[in-house]
Amino acid sequence: MRLALLFLGLALALVSPASADGTWAGLGPSVPKATGEPHPEGNAYMRRHHMQLMRHDRNLTVHDGDRDVGASLSECFECHAVEDGAGGYVTYESEQHFCRACHDFAAVKVDCFMCHRSTPEGFEEPPMHAFDATPEQDIQVTRSFLDHAFGPGKSDGGRTE
Amino acid sequence: MSQPPKISRRDLLKSGGSAVTLTIASGVTLMAFGGSEVQGAADAGKRWGLLIDVNKCAKDCTACITACQDENGWKGHGNRETDAQWIRKVTLKNKATGHETAMPVMCQHCEKPPCVDVCPTGASFKRKDGIVLVDKHICIGCRYCMMACPFKARSFVHEPTNNQSVNAPRGQGTVESCTLCVHRVDKGQIPACVEACDATGNGAMIFGDLKDPESEISKRLAEFPSVALRGDLELNPGVRYAEL
Repeated sequence: MRLALLFLGLALALVSPASADGTWAGLGPSVPKATGEPHPEGNAYMRRHHMQLMRHDRNLTVHDGDRDVGASLSECFECHAVEDGAGGYVTYESEQHFCRACHDFAAVKVDCFMCHRSTPEGFEEPPMHAFDATPEQDIQVTRSFLDHAFGPGKSDGGRTE
Repeated sequence: MSQPPKISRRDLLKSGGSAVTLTIASGVTLMAFGGSEVQGAADAGKRWGLLIDVNKCAKDCTACITACQDENGWKGHGNRETDAQWIRKVTLKNKATGHETAMPVMCQHCEKPPCVDVCPTGASFKRKDGIVLVDKHICIGCRYCMMACPFKARSFVHEPTNNQSVNAPRGQGTVESCTLCVHRVDKGQIPACVEACDATGNGAMIFGDLKDPESEISKRLAEFPSVALRGDLELNPGVRYAEL
C-alpha cells in the first residue's frame, strides 16, 4: 500500500510539469475536473493527505458524535462528482469516477464505497450492475469476453470434442 | 443467613482503577476548559432512551418502519430470512384471552449490551450517551453480536449495496442495527420513527434523556409502570415499554 502510494506520488511528480498548460500528457492518471473553489491547502497536500484527514474525522464522528468535521466523504462529492452525460453522476462502479482515476492508476482498491455512497446526496443511483445481473447475463458477458479473447466457439475452454 | 461482604483481590484492583480514572477525568475536564472540547459530541451526562406506549401503537400501522427505511436507506431484497430489519412490528397474542398487542421492536440500546461484550474487534460499541452502534470501519462481519443479542435486533448485509443514505452508510459484509438516528440526535432532533409516529397522531413513542429527571420520558417512567423486554437479563435497556 505504502509502496503504491509512493509510486503514485512519483508518477504525479513526473507528470506535473506536463500539466502546467492544464492538460495531462498521458503519463499519469487523467483526473476529472472539479467544480467549486480549489482547496486552500493545495492539490499536492490533498493528494497525499486526503485519507489521513478522513480517517481522523471518521473516528471523531462515529465514536464521539462530532458532526462538525473538516473533511467528510459526502462533502468531497459536492465538487468531485463526475457527470454521466445523462443528467446524473457516475458511481464508483464506473472507471470515470473521480476516486478511481488515480486509484485505478495506482492499482489501489478503495473500500470506502462498500458502505458509503459514491455520488452526491439526493441523486438516485441506478441499480448496481453486478447486483442486478441475472446468472444468464453473467454467462453472456463471460462468453462474449472469452469469444473475444480466444475466438468464437472456443469459449468452453476447448473441452468439447 | 447473611454473610459479611468479601473484598476480593479483584475488587481491590477495581477500586484502585477507579481512582486512576478520576485523576484522568479531572485532567480531561481541565483540558475541556481550555477550549478543546468537541462540539456536538456524544455527552456522557445524557442517556438517550425511548418509551413505547403499546396501547397507542395501532396494529396495522407501519409508519415507524417506513420512516426508518427512508431515513437510513435500508430495504429488503425479497428474502425474509436475510433481509435487514432495523425495526419491526412484533405481535403478541395472549393465548388465554385472545388479546393481540402490536409494538415496534428495535435495538434496545442496553446499558450492558451483550453485542459489545462479544465483539472481537471493538466494532460494536456503546457511545458515551448510551447509544449502541456498529463501527463498520472495523466490523469484520463475524455476526457474534447477532447471536448475542436477545432481541434479534441486528441484521447482516448479505448483498452489495448502493444508493445508501448519507446518514447511514451500510455495506455488504457488515452488521447493522437501529442507531437511534444518531445523526439526528447529534443535531438536536428526534429519531425518524418517533417523528413519524407523532405525525400519525398515535404518539406511541417518546424519545428523551433518561438521566434528566425533568425530561418528559423520565417523568412518564417515574409516574407510570413500564417494563424492559427480557428484564430477567438485567441489561437495563434504554428502550422501555408501557402498557405491555
